[in-house]
Amino acid sequence: MNRLRTLCLAPAALLLLALFAAPMAILAVYTLLTRGVYGGVAQPFTFENWLRLFDPLYLGILARSFSVAAAATALCLVLGFPLALFISRAGPRKHLYLALVMLPFWTSLLVRTYAWMFLLRDTGLINTSLLALGLIRQPLPLLYNWWAVLLGLVYGYLPFMVLPLYSTLERLDPALSEAAADLGARPFETLRRVVIPLAAPGMRAGVLLVFIPCLGAYLTPDLLGGGKTILIGTLVQNQFTNARDWPFGAALSMGLMAIVLVLLWLQVRRQGQSLL
Amino acid sequence: MNRLLSFSAVLLYAFLHLPLLVLAAFSFNQGRLTVWQGFSLRWYEAAFHDGQLIEAALNSLVIAFAATALATAIGTLCAYGLWKHGSRTFTLSLSLSLVTPEIVMGISLLALFQWAFRFLGAHLGLHTVILAHVSFCVAFVVIVVLARLRTFDAALEEAALDLGATHFAAFYRVTLPNLVPGILSAALLAFTISFDDYVITSLVAGVDSETLPMVLYAIARRGANPVVNAISTIIVFGLGALILVSERLRKP
Amino acid sequence: MDPLLQLISLSKHYPGHVALADLTLDVRPGEFFSLLGPSGCGKTTTLRLVAGFDKPTAGDVRLRGHSLNGLAPYQRNVSTVFQSYALFPHLTVRQNIEFGLRYRPAADGPALVRQCLDMLELGAKQDRQPHQLSGGEKQRVALARSLVLQPDLLLLDEPLSALDPNLRKQVRGELRALQRRVGITFLFITHDKEEALSLSDRVALLHRGRLEQLGSPHDLYLKPDTRFAASFLGPVNWIDGFGLRPEATRLSSVPLPDLRSLPATVASSTFLGNCFHVEARTANGHQVVAEVSRLNGAFQPGQPVHVCWAPADEMHLPPA
Repeated sequence: MNRLRTLCLAPAALLLLALFAAPMAILAVYTLLTRGVYGGVAQPFTFENWLRLFDPLYLGILARSFSVAAAATALCLVLGFPLALFISRAGPRKHLYLALVMLPFWTSLLVRTYAWMFLLRDTGLINTSLLALGLIRQPLPLLYNWWAVLLGLVYGYLPFMVLPLYSTLERLDPALSEAAADLGARPFETLRRVVIPLAAPGMRAGVLLVFIPCLGAYLTPDLLGGGKTILIGTLVQNQFTNARDWPFGAALSMGLMAIVLVLLWLQVRRQGQSLL
Repeated sequence: MNRLLSFSAVLLYAFLHLPLLVLAAFSFNQGRLTVWQGFSLRWYEAAFHDGQLIEAALNSLVIAFAATALATAIGTLCAYGLWKHGSRTFTLSLSLSLVTPEIVMGISLLALFQWAFRFLGAHLGLHTVILAHVSFCVAFVVIVVLARLRTFDAALEEAALDLGATHFAAFYRVTLPNLVPGILSAALLAFTISFDDYVITSLVAGVDSETLPMVLYAIARRGANPVVNAISTIIVFGLGALILVSERLRKP
Repeated sequence: MDPLLQLISLSKHYPGHVALADLTLDVRPGEFFSLLGPSGCGKTTTLRLVAGFDKPTAGDVRLRGHSLNGLAPYQRNVSTVFQSYALFPHLTVRQNIEFGLRYRPAADGPALVRQCLDMLELGAKQDRQPHQLSGGEKQRVALARSLVLQPDLLLLDEPLSALDPNLRKQVRGELRALQRRVGITFLFITHDKEEALSLSDRVALLHRGRLEQLGSPHDLYLKPDTRFAASFLGPVNWIDGFGLRPEATRLSSVPLPDLRSLPATVASSTFLGNCFHVEARTANGHQVVAEVSRLNGAFQPGQPVHVCWAPADEMHLPPA
């Protein structure tokens, strides 16, 4: 029996080792090397790449990435909670309503981001409509700024918030809300004192699931922010393409992974289980 | 309060779906601008006559099919093994691979391939993209199949053993047939994730293995283009249909 | 005496299904009133309409003469003890009990909380979380949480069904004593005839969304109006158009004086500890069960006997 299980797990274990653990280990080693003349890495060993992470320039980018990710997460929470609550109370239709949230999410991040470019750019639908209506004379600069990035992140990761929130709210005994009303609490009080405290595990999971990908996002900031909005994701990518500074890029990646690990560890410790 | 909830839900559904619907509508626009000038299929025609796009789409299909097949096989076996007996290390590693930022995963794979190719004398190409896709699709397959297994009564397999089946026969003749919908659902999900990926793909693809998202990304960065609208519409509805089927299959 | 609660032609229809049809009844102040019936009879529907969780399709609910129609649960001075107790899992026992006082402030709130904690013997558990309590303790917290608000009417939705059978009888006695002590009117929902009979001042028997019979436990058991009422409240021997309870059915080797009797043959005898259940078949073809005291000796299958009963114990009912 144990042999059968070992056989079943072996391919996945091999895959995780070869294509997840090994690449991470190589990156970890690269952080201690010097950049090569034509890209790549070279001797000697150095700690310089790690020290450079604390350069105010990069700390600034880190802080900015944190605030953008935090703002996107907060917005997702504020928008996702009523939506999850609505779905959890929709009775027999709830599976349909949930599918309607997840459908665009699984389809294509690239296309969804492109759809916003189509709407927001100078000759996009919003600007041409406003111009045609005579409400503005010049196109509004809607694309290639922080607001566009924030919008794209919220649009992209809102379902990641709705899903865990929905599953906690759905499991909540409806008698608890009825009991609160029965004891005199109005709907908003019931929400504040019973539903929201009991949805906390779902909120924590949702916050983690939105914050982590937002922090390391590359595609959305690049397309909707243009070149103007440098976040960690873009910075990492730059080191491996334009700047050709692999060791520093590796250090940035490992720094990002460290943050992700800490967040995941906090969640696992609190919840007693991982995401699977 | 209920009215307020319904109202906000309507707004949020509009927020989630309108951008894609508007994009789809304008892919049938006669004109190049974002002003409606009449119905036309010219951008679809243009897309289907664009050699670069067709080649990229074929590459994407080959990659998605290969990665899906491998990831589904590996992920299903893994889910079965974990269902038999959980492993904290294993689930944690899979969770970690799920939350690893795509850019970091792509770069680490690039570093691995570059390092390995110094000894092997190989180059980046379709095979590296397929390997990368398998590595990030497996975790999704495990999640879906494991969820299906958790609704499966372990006593059925024990009954098969009790009636004289070997462990392999019990899996093959009892458990596997019950898992088929879950496995198909996982495969469809893996296919859409693979087909859509840009960030990791762009890092590990070679000059001869450009995928559809890579071409679209390059055009999109230069600004909107009605041909991209048309292809986007095909992608959204094609992958959307796969996801709907996948969701359907997942319900036990 | 003016009724405390009036249900007037109360109805609740769902698509393709009538949950409650035209229910009219009064509950008197200070009464322990039970709604009894099998599952699906409309008793829980009635409770939900009185509490305000659902809206009636037609009819009216009046409390102290004022209509409650259109009032939300938090605007009604009634309180509910839920079947699952619905204790807030994130709050302690004390916080659960204090929950409602924020919305229905009482001048002597803290004193009421202390009184409830004492009365229900929860003082030592007041800082526990609900998941640390036993079933009986959870039920007492649910009671305390409602009683502290001093409602006009307390609704209890099968509050004993979640307890294990050994505890149920003990809690039943405590519940009746508690109701006498606080003097609050109880509307008690149950499917258990023994609970309804032993606890209530009056019982309303519901069947398929309609009121089958309303009366004292004594009347319901001994003078049922319908065959359904007779059978639901206990086993019945149907003989020549009337019903007879097994404990009113006697067996004897000779006809007994002043009693009616029928010749019969013993079919089987089952020992139940405190008595025997003896099955006999009368000469005119009725199957009869008699509860026979152990002291009356044993009956053997095939033994000829006389089934005897007092004319007063006959229950004459219209055919179903």
